[in-house]
Amino acid sequence: MNLGKGHIEIAGVAKSYDGFTYAVHGVNLKIPDGAYCCILGPSGCGKTTILRMVAGHEDPTVGEILIGGENVVGLPPVERRTAMMFQSYALFPHLTVRDNIAFALRVRGLSKTERYAKTDAMIEKVRMTEFSDRLPAQLSGGQQQRVALARAAITEPRVLLLDEPLSALDEHLRIRMRAELRRMQRELGITFVHVTHTQLEAIALADMVVVMENGKIKQSGPAREIYAAPKDRYVAEFLGGQNVLSGKVGKINGTRAMIASPEIAGIQIPMHAGARLEAGQAIDIAVRRDDVELFREDTALSDQDMASVPATILGIEYQGNFVKVMLDAAGEAEFVAYVPERRFFENPFKVGDSVLAAWLIDRAHLLA
Amino acid sequence: MSLARVSDVVATSVSARRSRAIAPTSGRRPWTFYVLAILFTLYLLALYGPMACIYILSLQDLRGGLVFPIKGLSLHWFVDLFTQVRTGDVQGSFERSFKLALVVTVLTVVVSFLAGLGFRKRFAGDTVVFYMMIGSLVAPGLVLGIGVGLIFNAVGIDASLFTSALGAQLSWTLPFGVLVMFAVMSRFDHAWEEAARDLGASPWQTIRLVVIPVLAPGIVAVALFGFTLSYDEFARTLQTAGSLNTLPLEIWSMTLNITSPALYALGTVTTIVSFLVIGASLGTIAFMQKRREARAPGQQGGAA
Repeated sequence: MNLGKGHIEIAGVAKSYDGFTYAVHGVNLKIPDGAYCCILGPSGCGKTTILRMVAGHEDPTVGEILIGGENVVGLPPVERRTAMMFQSYALFPHLTVRDNIAFALRVRGLSKTERYAKTDAMIEKVRMTEFSDRLPAQLSGGQQQRVALARAAITEPRVLLLDEPLSALDEHLRIRMRAELRRMQRELGITFVHVTHTQLEAIALADMVVVMENGKIKQSGPAREIYAAPKDRYVAEFLGGQNVLSGKVGKINGTRAMIASPEIAGIQIPMHAGARLEAGQAIDIAVRRDDVELFREDTALSDQDMASVPATILGIEYQGNFVKVMLDAAGEAEFVAYVPERRFFENPFKVGDSVLAAWLIDRAHLLA
Repeated sequence: MSLARVSDVVATSVSARRSRAIAPTSGRRPWTFYVLAILFTLYLLALYGPMACIYILSLQDLRGGLVFPIKGLSLHWFVDLFTQVRTGDVQGSFERSFKLALVVTVLTVVVSFLAGLGFRKRFAGDTVVFYMMIGSLVAPGLVLGIGVGLIFNAVGIDASLFTSALGAQLSWTLPFGVLVMFAVMSRFDHAWEEAARDLGASPWQTIRLVVIPVLAPGIVAVALFGFTLSYDEFARTLQTAGSLNTLPLEIWSMTLNITSPALYALGTVTTIVSFLVIGASLGTIAFMQKRREARAPGQQGGAA
């Protein structure tokens, strides 16, 4: 096997703290060397447990964890050559920025001159030189994050594990710091595994997104694939940006099937190659919010390739580059259309208007 | 905007908000302020009045008596205290008390720190241990002291300062120290230990380089408690000290047979020692914080 040194493989891993309930269960995952991987899921889904098991702060109850092809279960973090960035950064409050970053070198027994020489280069890298004599309490959130990153990176790990690294920052800073994380990952050229519950953060950063629910992996793959082609209702709803409709398959007609459920009767759905549907089968389909077009209710849709449902406008939110229109449609709890800003204001709708929400049939996506 | 200006702006806006909060109407203080100020003054008088009487009366001259009014002003009774043998073994008892308090302090700090580390995680019987500790804290000291004295007597060991008295005092200072340690530990973030481990520190390095330095001010506080509780201890020591008195016991016996302001002079001196110890402890804590700040010049805040 020719695996890169930062290649991670999690094989059949389960973790139970009490012997009865499992925090994670049946997890199989491969993360390529040098990838930026985001593990995404709501709190309590087991994502942090996976991270801590890779980091060596927890041991799996069953299963193996391989880094660079070798089983690391039971090894301390140093021997795994992983480093972790903690959620609240866990900077040592009594040490200056320089001493915090130099800590790993100090416990390895490097002399003061040796470790400060290395440390100062790292401080330079995270652009904290002018703050190197400050204490963590004298830094802003973004600066603390940089110090935490530098402190973890100074050990020259092959894998850096980040536990909700941006959650302590305000909205504005979060967007700036996530760009910095990505920059650092490119500069260091090592594998980053980043745990988050924010889908925007995940898809903005990651080469690879792993979506979790209740201790299991729901779907993993490139960010665009996860966002545009979610496998099931959970992933579609968690990632957002999609309207999910439920129904029963009615008549099947070549490459298209008709939905027979009362709320969305008459909707056609695409049957891609390999999709096997039977009449009467319950299915979910996803329609991207930005694929939904709105028409006045009396519009006669002549386009044979469009599907539409009648809807009432519940709310309108101006978002700057688009307008978010919340609809009561198809019996779903949430049905939203993202209308381009210019298009919306050419002929604006009002709350309470009855409309037709329509989309190109082939853009709809079949969920498992 | 420069850093200094940012902090100026922040400072002024904060102070503006503060003054608004205290005085909603144009700078005049509400009547409640004066009522509370008087109440607080009375409280301070009640706290320090009795002690102040002793200090004042200790400064009388040769004609001085044990009650007001004051007769003259001199350091006569302080001189008397250290020259006259008949006033009692002040110096000897002070030395004994001081040494005993030092031993108690060291033991209290070590045991409290280890207990603090131990109680970070739950273990079998932890509640029992905790309540037994509290039990020893609330037990009537005099009775406990008599009990310890009786046991030593029954076993046939002579009661003495560094055996029975030490044990009796520890039954009081240890629970106190452990409780203080718990309060200190509750603000300790376990992620610090995990981070140290992640960075390759051994358990011992983690304790030496992270746990002890972070907890240092709290450890000094535990030491301060241990010292002052032992130095002041009377009830538990009375029946356990053996043939040689500690300072509180000596003062107590002096009250029975001395009728001069030398007694008050002694009170003043011991209070000064107490305050010196407290001052030294607080000074140590302040020094530790100063040193940290000195290594980290520059003001708060700044750009991200």
